[in-house]
Amino acid sequence: MSLLEVEDLQVSFSTPDGILRAVRGMSFSVEQGETLGIVGESGSGKSVSTQTIVGLTEGARVSGQARFEGRDLLTMGDRDLRRIRGAEIGMIFQDPLSSLHPHYRVGWQIVEMIRAHEAVSKKQASLRAIELLGLVGIPAPESRVHDYPHQFSGGMRQRAMIAMALALNPKLLIADEPTTALDVTVQAQIITLIKRLQQEFGTAVIMITHDLGVIADIADRVVVMYAGKPMEYADKRTLYHQPHHPYTEGLIGSLPQTGGRGRPLKSIPGLPPSMVQVPRGCAFHPRCGYVMDRCLDAEPPIRGVNGGIDHRSACWLPPEAVGRRTDDSALAEQSARRHGGDAVIEPASAAQESTSA
Amino acid sequence: MTRQVAREPASQVAAEPLLQLTDVVKHFPLRSSGLLAGKREYLRAVDGVSLEVRRGETLGLVGETGCGKSTLARCITRLYELTSGTVSFGNADISRLSARRLRPYRRKLQMVFQDPYGSLNPRRRVGSIIADPFAANGLAKGAERKRKVQELMELVGLNPEHYNRFPAEFSGGQRQRIGLARALALRPEVVVCDEPVSALDVSIQAQIINLLAELQHKLGLTYIFIAHDLSVVRHASDRIAVMYLGRIVEIADTEDLFIRPRHPYTKALLSAAPTPDPDLVNDAERIVLTGEVPSPVRPPSGCRFHPRCPRAQSRCQVEDPVLDSKNIDESDRAVACHFPLADGESMLPELKEPS
Repeated sequence: MSLLEVEDLQVSFSTPDGILRAVRGMSFSVEQGETLGIVGESGSGKSVSTQTIVGLTEGARVSGQARFEGRDLLTMGDRDLRRIRGAEIGMIFQDPLSSLHPHYRVGWQIVEMIRAHEAVSKKQASLRAIELLGLVGIPAPESRVHDYPHQFSGGMRQRAMIAMALALNPKLLIADEPTTALDVTVQAQIITLIKRLQQEFGTAVIMITHDLGVIADIADRVVVMYAGKPMEYADKRTLYHQPHHPYTEGLIGSLPQTGGRGRPLKSIPGLPPSMVQVPRGCAFHPRCGYVMDRCLDAEPPIRGVNGGIDHRSACWLPPEAVGRRTDDSALAEQSARRHGGDAVIEPASAAQESTSA
Repeated sequence: MTRQVAREPASQVAAEPLLQLTDVVKHFPLRSSGLLAGKREYLRAVDGVSLEVRRGETLGLVGETGCGKSTLARCITRLYELTSGTVSFGNADISRLSARRLRPYRRKLQMVFQDPYGSLNPRRRVGSIIADPFAANGLAKGAERKRKVQELMELVGLNPEHYNRFPAEFSGGQRQRIGLARALALRPEVVVCDEPVSALDVSIQAQIINLLAELQHKLGLTYIFIAHDLSVVRHASDRIAVMYLGRIVEIADTEDLFIRPRHPYTKALLSAAPTPDPDLVNDAERIVLTGEVPSPVRPPSGCRFHPRCPRAQSRCQVEDPVLDSKNIDESDRAVACHFPLADGESMLPELKEPS
């Protein structure tokens, strides 16, 4: 049994403009001790998915299943869910200030958190708080435990939040863009810290990020989300070297590559769709360089493709069409197609030009 | 476009300095606490920066939060008054000019900001926002102004028919294009881009980076490009200056800097940059700096990096290193370090030895 199994999760909100379908069928599983990366851009539904699982999306219409050790979190009562949240599932967010109360000392907040879930004395809990702050690399934890959040730097607040998330030794840690607001130097420290703690305590991690650099560093398997749906599942090496979905290929192509100075980046044309009016067929088709007739009205199902073990993709391209095509040929081809050229791709060429990992 | 600038692409341009910064200092006074009244403290955001920007190049400026890169950008564009030092544009010292006499230089020196949401007035139509520079300078009235604005919109890849829309009707990437169109209205020579793509999604980021490169080529622009994403700076810049606590610690050609960093801080910063290729992730080579960036109110003595530098020696605590090329014997780069790294030299030789 997987630690967490999410199946066909759908989340929608009513807005003045209509029904906003934030998540339109998300499925994934997380095994004990592994790190699952969820990648996507703003509005792709990556944060809403996990927030819904832990019951943090009030007012949303939710369907599907999210089984944590066999128990469905979505149908569970509030009291049970509160017990799991914090004690068994820890969470860290992009902005630590939104989780740390500015009026209370950092140590006090960790103590309260521990005492809300465990019957321990204040004394014991505060010793534990000091130990935790030390564990996450805060210097002089005996004195910093009495500081207020504003006395901490951005990196230290993030560490304090990790300490709080790990206080009760959870089985699963959900990290939602934990390093996005931080400098690269501090980001490296935080990622190293999460990896170290994961090894020490065997915690499973869901790492939600837009940054493929973070994924390359910490994830085992990856889900790519677009417009509320999973587009591609793969291990991180397959995803980077042999992507199948054109959106994944576009994301990677958008990143500056070493040695590519002065050359234009392979950006994805256009904009992400409105989640109130999701395009018919494949949601990515208006921006896709490989768009075919059937993409316009039939939504591609998730199916196995030929990149690696358990490599799945929601795209009508043939399963063997994996791999990133070389910059210049792909660029020329894509732009030719965009300007009214032939709209059907030859699958063989995509497979041949793939960079083998 | 009314004025075609005939010029070579950036890479072939001779090294003609367009902007010259000499010992630029910007200190912000802190509110003095009651007890220590009379002994006012200063935040030394920029603390002695000398730099030249060459015509047609892109000079990247990198460093961690609080290193002074944005303050420096605002000093260059005179959005801040300098505490001391000079900024020269061509041969003219513009650092002490009155607002009126500064105006012709303001036209040549424009800025694009990070936040495409905060830098556009939400109650004004896009056409009128882009026309601001014309209005401020009493140029191109009526139908001509509208035509020029629509030309600008087309130049940055916006639909000119959207002239009458409000900023809220545009996405982040499109708003950044609006900011660019406004900056380009008066045909500037230098555009200072302060984190122009940081607030954008990856796929949109690439569109804007491509647009900036295309415009540079078309209009012969000189860029000062500030970003915290090192791969973006590497992609966009010809040369890069690395800042730490209000000073430039190293400046070099982009590839030289990335392949052969001389300053230990540069090396540590580059080693922390994430790579998207899982096969290139190398924890062993990552230099995790200990501690935090010290306060710019009371920077450390001697070399400002010494408390965090694994190579620091006693000399570094007392003697402030000068930014020059003597140490490394390379004419086109400079480093402020007493003990710069040689090619491929490891930062922590002592760790390699068996203990």
